[in-house]
Amino acid sequence: MGNECASPANTPVTGRRAAMATLADARASEIASGLAALGDDIAHVELRPVETGLVMLQGRIGGDGAAFNLGEATVTRAVVRILSGEVGFSYVLGRDRHKARLAALCDALWQNPSSREQLERHVLAPIRDRQEGERARQRELTAATRVDFFTLVRGED
Amino acid sequence: MLAPAFADPVRASQAVFRAVMDAMARPGAIVATGGLARAPQPLGLAAAAVALTLIDYETPVWLDPALAQSPDVAAWLRFHTGAPLTDDPRQAAFGFIADPPRMPQFETFSQGSMDYPDRAATLVLQIERLSDNGGFYLSGPGIRGSRALTATPLPADFAARMRANRALFPRGLDIILASATMLAALPRSVHVATELS
Repeated sequence: MGNECASPANTPVTGRRAAMATLADARASEIASGLAALGDDIAHVELRPVETGLVMLQGRIGGDGAAFNLGEATVTRAVVRILSGEVGFSYVLGRDRHKARLAALCDALWQNPSSREQLERHVLAPIRDRQEGERARQRELTAATRVDFFTLVRGED
Repeated sequence: MLAPAFADPVRASQAVFRAVMDAMARPGAIVATGGLARAPQPLGLAAAAVALTLIDYETPVWLDPALAQSPDVAAWLRFHTGAPLTDDPRQAAFGFIADPPRMPQFETFSQGSMDYPDRAATLVLQIERLSDNGGFYLSGPGIRGSRALTATPLPADFAARMRANRALFPRGLDIILASATMLAALPRSVHVATELS
């Protein structure tokens, strides 16, 4: 997070980050059905058992105040290694262990150039389409109720 | 390639913690450690289980040259424990030693200060053979009378080093001797002799 400056023009990092951002908002069922197109039960090893814990969220007022602890969020994390050796990581808000495992698997597959294209086409593209559609609809609903405020300036002095 | 650690991290690390605590409370007593199926070579299973249980992001770890030359060991420890690895033994809270006969002198490690004796390092020595006869005769807190312990291989002057370590009390190093699946502890309070007094 916030490391954009640390990796300038590093497309592998931004591409991977975009993939994980898509998966963060995805449903476990749609990741699973997309992955089914890449083969049944992709072989992998769980390097660390999937576990649920808390992370402290920090806030900062006005962008330049001192950081303060806002509260804790429940997070489930998974780390898997696929047979070709890539290690995939995922941290998912909530307690969905299945989704965390699937997202970590997607991360590992994304890192392997031979499966990246398939993953983008069968898993990420349909999810992006759905998310984009929902966002567009929300934007339309919001735009329909938009009110513009004007302040008329009195001609003083 | 990165290998998994404890299959059941919470229970396994609690069991190993209990084993280490019992071993520290009864210096020289040999206890079993379990829960770990594999560890990256040349890190022993018992030493690896102790590492997973005791070290974390706040405890700098020093590896002896035998362990440091294996990138698998460093990667495995960093991934599973988050502990920073250090080249400077004085900075280390834990030292892992796969080749005890060539280990550095005790003074190279932090032995704590009179104000903060708890800042002394704990050394985990990988031992090939651990048995409860001959060799060293231990006495002190946690031991009724004396207790025999054999551990090989160790530096030739190990008993003398332990005597010097005892003289520093309450400062001094704590030692864990780890064989393949068993371990024994020599806390800083123990008296080590080579003959039965």
